[in-house]
Order: sequence, then structure tokens, then C-alpha cells
Amino acid sequence: MSTTVRDTALFGLVAVLLIGTGIIQGWNSALLILNMGLISAIMALGVNLQWGFAGLFNIGVMGFVALGGLAAVLVSTEPVPEAWQAGGLRILAGLVFGALTVVAAVQAQKRLEGRVKVIATLIILVGGFFLFRAIFDPAKVAIEAVNPAVSGNLGGLNLPILLSWPVGGLLAAGAAWIIGKTALGLRSDYLAIATLGIAEIIIAVLKNEDWLARGVKNVIGLERPVPYEIDLQQDPGFVERAASLGLDPVTASTLYTKMGYAILFTVVLLILLWLAQKALNSPWGRMMRAIRDNETAAEAMGKDVTARHLQIFILGSAICGIAGAMMTTLDGQLTPGTYQPLRFTFLVWVMVIVGGSGNNFGAVLGGLLIWWLWVQVEPLGLGLMNILSSGLEDGSAVKDWMIQSAAHMRLLTMGLVLLLVLRFSPRGLIPER
Amino acid sequence: MDFLNAIVAFANFVFVPGLAYGAQLAIGALGVTLIYGILRFSNFAHGDTMAFGTAMTIWITWGFLALGISFGPLPTALLALPFGIVATILLLLGTDWAVYRFYREQKASPVILVIVSMGVMFVMNGVVRFLIGVRDIRFADGERFIITAREFKEMTGLNEGLAIKTTQAITVVVALIAMALLFWFLNKTRTGKSMRAFSDNEDLALLSGINPDWVVKVTWMIVAALATTAGVLYGLDKSFKAFTYFQLLLPIFAAAIVGGLGNPLGAIAGGFVIAFSEVTITYAWKKVLVYLMPESLEPDGLVQLLSTDYKFAVSFAILIIVLLFKPTGLFKGQSV
Repeated sequence: MSTTVRDTALFGLVAVLLIGTGIIQGWNSALLILNMGLISAIMALGVNLQWGFAGLFNIGVMGFVALGGLAAVLVSTEPVPEAWQAGGLRILAGLVFGALTVVAAVQAQKRLEGRVKVIATLIILVGGFFLFRAIFDPAKVAIEAVNPAVSGNLGGLNLPILLSWPVGGLLAAGAAWIIGKTALGLRSDYLAIATLGIAEIIIAVLKNEDWLARGVKNVIGLERPVPYEIDLQQDPGFVERAASLGLDPVTASTLYTKMGYAILFTVVLLILLWLAQKALNSPWGRMMRAIRDNETAAEAMGKDVTARHLQIFILGSAICGIAGAMMTTLDGQLTPGTYQPLRFTFLVWVMVIVGGSGNNFGAVLGGLLIWWLWVQVEPLGLGLMNILSSGLEDGSAVKDWMIQSAAHMRLLTMGLVLLLVLRFSPRGLIPER
Repeated sequence: MDFLNAIVAFANFVFVPGLAYGAQLAIGALGVTLIYGILRFSNFAHGDTMAFGTAMTIWITWGFLALGISFGPLPTALLALPFGIVATILLLLGTDWAVYRFYREQKASPVILVIVSMGVMFVMNGVVRFLIGVRDIRFADGERFIITAREFKEMTGLNEGLAIKTTQAITVVVALIAMALLFWFLNKTRTGKSMRAFSDNEDLALLSGINPDWVVKVTWMIVAALATTAGVLYGLDKSFKAFTYFQLLLPIFAAAIVGGLGNPLGAIAGGFVIAFSEVTITYAWKKVLVYLMPESLEPDGLVQLLSTDYKFAVSFAILIIVLLFKPTGLFKGQSV
């Protein structure tokens, strides 16, 4: 079987799985899985860029995804004028001052020598921290006191939410630049721990800085790029067309909005996939793989390894940020409490490894396939447990326990899939070529 | 008197909790550092190994309690700990046989082993959830306090009380015993010496007839014992929740790296460095400062440098600072 046929067959398998879901569980579920699958595929594309192309071990995907979500809030919500009056400028001043402190400390590190360097850096950092708190804290308190039940934050720019997708990418890229500057010189597993930590910190910031995006009070009811179901149901033209297709207006409207998202997401995915393919097959992509395979040799050829690593780290993180903004758009809300590393970092890694690291199509396939599995394992597990425990009496402790534990099948299955692929097909379903 | 009050407040809110937390992190970090030194990879499944050991210990504790066995004033979990360790040893040896052995024989690069350990982490996380669910479980029984704040106040007549929980004292004592045993084993026994030799120079160790399979097996056994002990101590002191144990991975790795990966002494030092910085930076110092400052200078706010939710940021900041300025850690660790 030629490789093209095999790859097409694998994507055909995903299509069959989705269509099967549509027929058995309803098209709404199938589209729901497809939409998150498309977003997951984009995240996988980002991680594949970093790991597959450059061998960078980033396990802070969750943080970049969350930054994308933050972008969706900051771009699309309406500004809160009272909050801006209460302390908007002051809080910005505080942030600028904080950034300047760090810049000053870095400069002191670079310019000064010996003991003066250490003392100066310490004075700048400690003094800067207290001054920063002195400027920042009153503004934060004032803003969070403005109508805390519905806002208590600065609000956003009131721009179309689609704009937040590129902005999410930029935000993630900015964070990646800072992280890359400090951590990329480190060894691979140190980089891993560093990114893991950064992701936790970003989530902690989102949870606690209520002035930014309301923290754990969540931002709900974000603007949507597709029409609302209720509007569609009241539109006589739409109801008529739905009826001509033999659908009732409610089902038709939900399918219509989900299809809208699916089309938007597919367009983004195709653009990014095209760009990633172009990059992979360009001299730049070959250089990246050369660096990945032998850093020393690449350095001897005059390639600036650290700069190239920084570049691709930023690009991959930006893609994760875009995906994060898209996901928050799809959910219509930002809930920092729901970001968990197993779901947003390690699952994406399973997607990349299973799909095939170093191959963009592999990453996309992994994203779609693993997401389908992640969603379906629970009902499948429940069915399995029902069959296994069917011989037992109703209400017996063992049976209850078996039925309950079906809810925990997901992690176990993902781990087993990852281990089996690593063992028997370490290059993934669609390997690098 | 004010000065004494300040010291007692400091001891009660910073020193004692920090010491217990530091001991827990240190034992956890010892496991990470041993795996790094001998098997040469960062084991991401360590947090979940701790969770597994603790979950098994909790089940056995419940079994003991159901049989009416208890440990008097001490928590029953201490009696169950050896059984929990045995269960974890079996799990880790099984995992090594089924998963890691293959990659070791292939001489796979460390980063592949890290990814493999990610898979093991998923599986163990699932197993723990199967075993015990995701609830928050408290399993400390026996006496809660060695000395309560009220007793201390009555005894000394100070304004501030010093409460010492039984679990805190147990943590420190058990940690000391575990560390002493580990260092005795590594420095005095034949197997321990061969482990150190293997860690220093694998080829040379093989050349001098050290059996690598045995070294690896013993390492997993020790790691299982350390991970279970750390997990049970942490769970006794706070509570058991599968997800919290997964999150402990970050401070534990920070401790191991700060101390120098592969260096057991460093892991212990790193554990205390991380714990004390987390506690001091996220503690509201007002309570101590009111006794030290003249009344006019008394602080208005809580004098808390960072809110407790940022404790990850603290371990992380220390990690980055150490890595940037002393990449091999405070004590010289290995750098592969």
C-alpha cells in the first residue's frame, strides 16, 4: 500500500468514526466532537512544530491555550468605563513599572561586574517589587470593587471576537518570547519543567487577577461569530428552509451554528497546515530538522541554534494561543478553573506522538482521532462495565463501583494508547518522511 | 516579651509548617533524584507513584480500622505504610518490566523515556482514580496535636500559641529515619556502593562486574519506599487527593533540580529551600511584625508578599534563578 493511500485511509477512518457517531449518537454530538477535534488538531500542529521539527520539549501548552482564551475576553467584551476611571491607568502604570524593573535588573546583570552586580540586581528587584505593589495594589482593589457581581474587571475592547484569534496568537507568542529568552538555553528536561511551571503560573494569574478577566468568577456570554440558535428559530426564512430539508427548527438551528464553527475552524486549520507544510519543506524547515538531529553539527555549519530554537518556540506557542482563543470562542466563556494539565498539555502530547511527530498531517490526524477517543471512551467504558457487571445483582457494592469507575477510563486509556504506540509504532500513525 | 511572641508566631506559622512540608518535599525529591541518577531520566510519573502508594496505604488503613487494629495515639496509617510500600514496589517493578526495560535495552535517549513516563503517569493516574476515586480523603487518626495553641499559651503565658500537630512531628521523625537509612544504604552496603558507582560512570561500573539489572531493581524498590513514605506523610499532614499529588510534581522537581539532579544530599537541601521559600513568601507577616515594630509603624496590610495561590510561582522563580546562575544546582549534580 502506498503511503498516500494509507494516509488517506487513516483520515477516512476518522471520517467514518465521526459519521458513525452522527448516525448512532446524533449529528449534534458528532459536530461537537468535530469542532473540538479541529481545535485539538491545531494545538497538535503547534506542539508538532516545536517537538517534531525542533525537538523542543514544551509541556506548557495549557498556559498558551489559556492566554489565547484571555485574548478572546480582552478583545471582545465591552469595556467597563467606571473601572477604567477607578484605576485603569494606574494599573497599566504599575505593569509598565514592573516590566521596567525587570529590564533594569537584566541590564544590571549584563553591564555590571562582581559584587556590585549582585547588590545592584537585588536592590533593583526588591525595591522594584515593593514599588510595583505600591502602585499596583490600590488600583487593583479599586477596580475589583466596581460592581463585582457582574464585572469587577477592566473589560475588553469591544471588537469582533474573530480578531481575538490572531491576538491570542500574539499574546502567546509574547509569553513564549519571555520564556524562551530565559529557559531555552537549558537542557531538554529542564525546559520541560520550566514550561510546566509557567503554565501553572499563567493559570494562577488568570484565577487570581480578577481585574483582568474576573478570575474564578468566570467571564460568560462572550460574543459569537455565528448566529444564535434562538434568532435562527425566529427567522421565518430559516424555518422554511429547515422544513424543506425535513428538519425541525430547533435541531436545524443547532446544527447550523455548529456547522458555522466547523467551517471557520477548518479554514484556520487548513491555512495553518498549509503554512506548516510550506515551512517544513523549505530550507528553513530542513535547517530546523538538521538542528534537531545534530545540534553540534548545525552549529559548526554556522547556524545560530539558540535563535532558531527561540523562533520555532514562539511560532509553535502562537499556534497554541490561536487554538486557545478559538476554543474560548466556541465555549462562549472563559473559566480558568477548568484548565488542567492532563487535559490541555499531556493530551495534546498524546495526539502528537500517536499521530506521528515530525509530520503535520500526522499531528492533525492525531488531534482528530485522539479527541474522538477521549470523548467516546466514557460511554464505551460505561457500556463495557454494564456488560461485565450484568451478572451481578443490582445495587451490589461491586457493581456500583464498576459503573462509577467507568468515569475514570479516559486517563487509563490515553496512557495505554500512548505506551502502546511508543512501544510498537514509535514513529506514529503517519510517520515523518 | 513582644520579641518572644514574635518568635513563637514565626515558629507556629512559618517554621513548623515549613519544616514538615520541606521534609515531605525532600523525600519526594530523593526519589526523583535517584531515578535521574541511575536510570537517567526525569520521571514524570513520580507524583502519581506517590498517589498510588498513598491510596494503597489508605485502603490498608481502612482494613486495619475495620479489624479494630489501631496504633494508639499515632495514626494507623503508619502501621499500614510498610504494606503500602510493598504494593508500590510490586507496581514499580511491574512497570519497569512491562514498560521501561524495553527502552533501556534499546538505549533510548532520555527524552524518549520522559515521554514514556508521561504515558505511565496517565495510566497510574487512572489506576489511582479506579482505586480510590477523586474525593478529598482525610485518613489521619489518633491524637491530633502534641501540643495545642491553648495549652502552649497557658504553659508559657505568652499571647501567641505554638501548635504542633502530631502529623508534623511524625513527618520530621519519619523523614529523618528514611534519610538516615538511605544514606547508610548508599554509603555502607555493597549494593548501595554499586548503585553509586553505576550513577557515576555506567560503563566503568559494568566493567567491574556490577549487575545492572539488580541495581535497577533495587533503585525502583527504594524509589517506591520513598515515594510512598512522602505521599503518606503529605496526606497525613494535609489530605489525600489524586490531583494534588500530580501537582506536587512541580515543587518536587524544583527541589531536585535546585539541589542538583542526581545528588541525594542536594535533593534534601532543595526540598527545604523550596518549602521555606514558599511558606515565607506567601505568609502574611503582619502577625509577626506587630510584635516587632513600634506601634506607630505597625503595618496596615497583611504584609503578604504574594497570595498563597502563587506558591507555584515561588518554586518556579527559585528554579529559574538557580538554573540560570548555577545550572548544576546548589550541590553539584549530574549534567547529561
